[in-house]
Amino acid sequence: MTSTSKAAAIVGVAESDEIGLVPHKSALAHHAEAAHNALEDAGLTRNDVDGLLTAGYVNYDLADYLGLAPRYTDTTTVGGASFVIHVGHAVNAIANGLCEVALITHGQAGRSSRVPIPRDPNLPSAMYEMPYGMIGMPINYSMAATRYMHQYGEDRTRQAMAEIAVSTRKWAQLNPKAMMRDPMSFDDYHNSRWIAWPFHLLDCCLVTDAGAAIVVTTPERARSLPKPPVWVLGHAEHHDHAGITTMPDLTSTPARVTGPAALGMAGVTHGDIDLTMIYDSFTYTVLVTLESLGYCGPGEGPDFVAGQRTAPGGDFPLNTSGGGLSYTHPGMYGIFPVVEAVRQLRGECGERQAPDVSLALVNGTGGALSATGTIVLGVD
Amino acid sequence: MTTEAYRGPLPVKQPESDFYWEKAHEHELWLRRCNACEHAYFYPRDFCPDCGARDVSWIRASGKGTLHTFAIVHRAPVPAFSDRVPFVVAMVDLEEGGRIPTNLVDVEPDPAQIHIGMAVEVAFLDLTDEISLPVFRPA
Ligand SMILES: [Zn+2]
Ligand SMILES: [Zn+2]
Repeated sequence: MTSTSKAAAIVGVAESDEIGLVPHKSALAHHAEAAHNALEDAGLTRNDVDGLLTAGYVNYDLADYLGLAPRYTDTTTVGGASFVIHVGHAVNAIANGLCEVALITHGQAGRSSRVPIPRDPNLPSAMYEMPYGMIGMPINYSMAATRYMHQYGEDRTRQAMAEIAVSTRKWAQLNPKAMMRDPMSFDDYHNSRWIAWPFHLLDCCLVTDAGAAIVVTTPERARSLPKPPVWVLGHAEHHDHAGITTMPDLTSTPARVTGPAALGMAGVTHGDIDLTMIYDSFTYTVLVTLESLGYCGPGEGPDFVAGQRTAPGGDFPLNTSGGGLSYTHPGMYGIFPVVEAVRQLRGECGERQAPDVSLALVNGTGGALSATGTIVLGVD
Repeated sequence: MTTEAYRGPLPVKQPESDFYWEKAHEHELWLRRCNACEHAYFYPRDFCPDCGARDVSWIRASGKGTLHTFAIVHRAPVPAFSDRVPFVVAMVDLEEGGRIPTNLVDVEPDPAQIHIGMAVEVAFLDLTDEISLPVFRPA
């Protein structure tokens, strides 16, 4: 690796104290707990933090609650992709001396929030979609999946979605923090009720309460801390539409840009990656994202995931935490796959530890397949 | 005049879309079209999202198009839709260009009865005294 590819490292990751169904905690409390826990994981304290990145809150509201006064601040908000993109922004800020210890936090009471957060009705995507009942992501993403089925075959698409749901549940069964740990058979998948055809219930992510945080710092500082640095070797961001009905191609996400760009920056190729974490808002999101990232060609995803290849013991470890489908999903899940990738790279995952993980790729997706952030992480 | 209580979400009109909703109220579908690149587009704004030109017109659409994709909603996303499930959300590629969000109506909410690429035509649902919503049905 060149020295420029080690401009900054992730040194701390954590969830909030409790995740899942947590009615006694606010969204901001999840931010604060996760921040505390991630700093502790890093061997740092709140006093070390001089950069703050988040989405879902305006930064001064969050900083006020946390009692922080950062000199670098970033509220890039592109749904669940935001937090993956924040990792890249933190690296850039640190490399340019804008801050030394960047804290990225997330928190949502996705299940227990006392007041739902409305979509801004002034936005075109709200004006033209919501009157038709295009409200909420299952409905939006399901229309993309139907188009994929039309282009590449309904039966093989359905089988691929089932493979992903079942394999992801197998990983969740190995994760004590996962909400859904009961076994799931292919029959369970096919028999689960329709949410929005072509999506069964078991095609859809959970709705939970949770928070997570990430600490990023300089190479010098990272090497002085107790845990091995996890280097951010490549990062990229892209978005090309807002609502699902203005998506240029329903079978290709912005990951077609961010995947190759992040891998290129890291100087590695798909075959070098030991662990892949893909924001699994829906089974279809995983299928289309594998193709967009370039792991396989358009329409080849069903063959790529066939035969439980992505399950524990398979040769392509994918979403080893149990993902948004079976572990946790508070709304903007994108920070959690970063947390899991860091733990896998450090070898901290116990029963669900994937073998020989030294390079990981994380892809976050936000909005209606609208935005992606991809990062490539590695250890020495 | 008694307003029939329509409980569903209504569009919050904006200056650049007032004309679109006025025409929809008259049961006409109008589109923006770029005079520079000759591309019709949805949703309406006063410049072309493809080439950036500000020389754009309103054109009346034929109301004919083809089904680009669809889904069948079984779980109502908000209570206002609970007496309508299952219903069909869809996108239609208009004859003139542009892709429009819509509902597919006058069809069984059954994937075996609905085919991507099928010919569809516009119809209008009067939601309130002010708002009529363009929907599509098999042509
Ligand atoms: Zn004190
Ligand atoms: Zn134009």
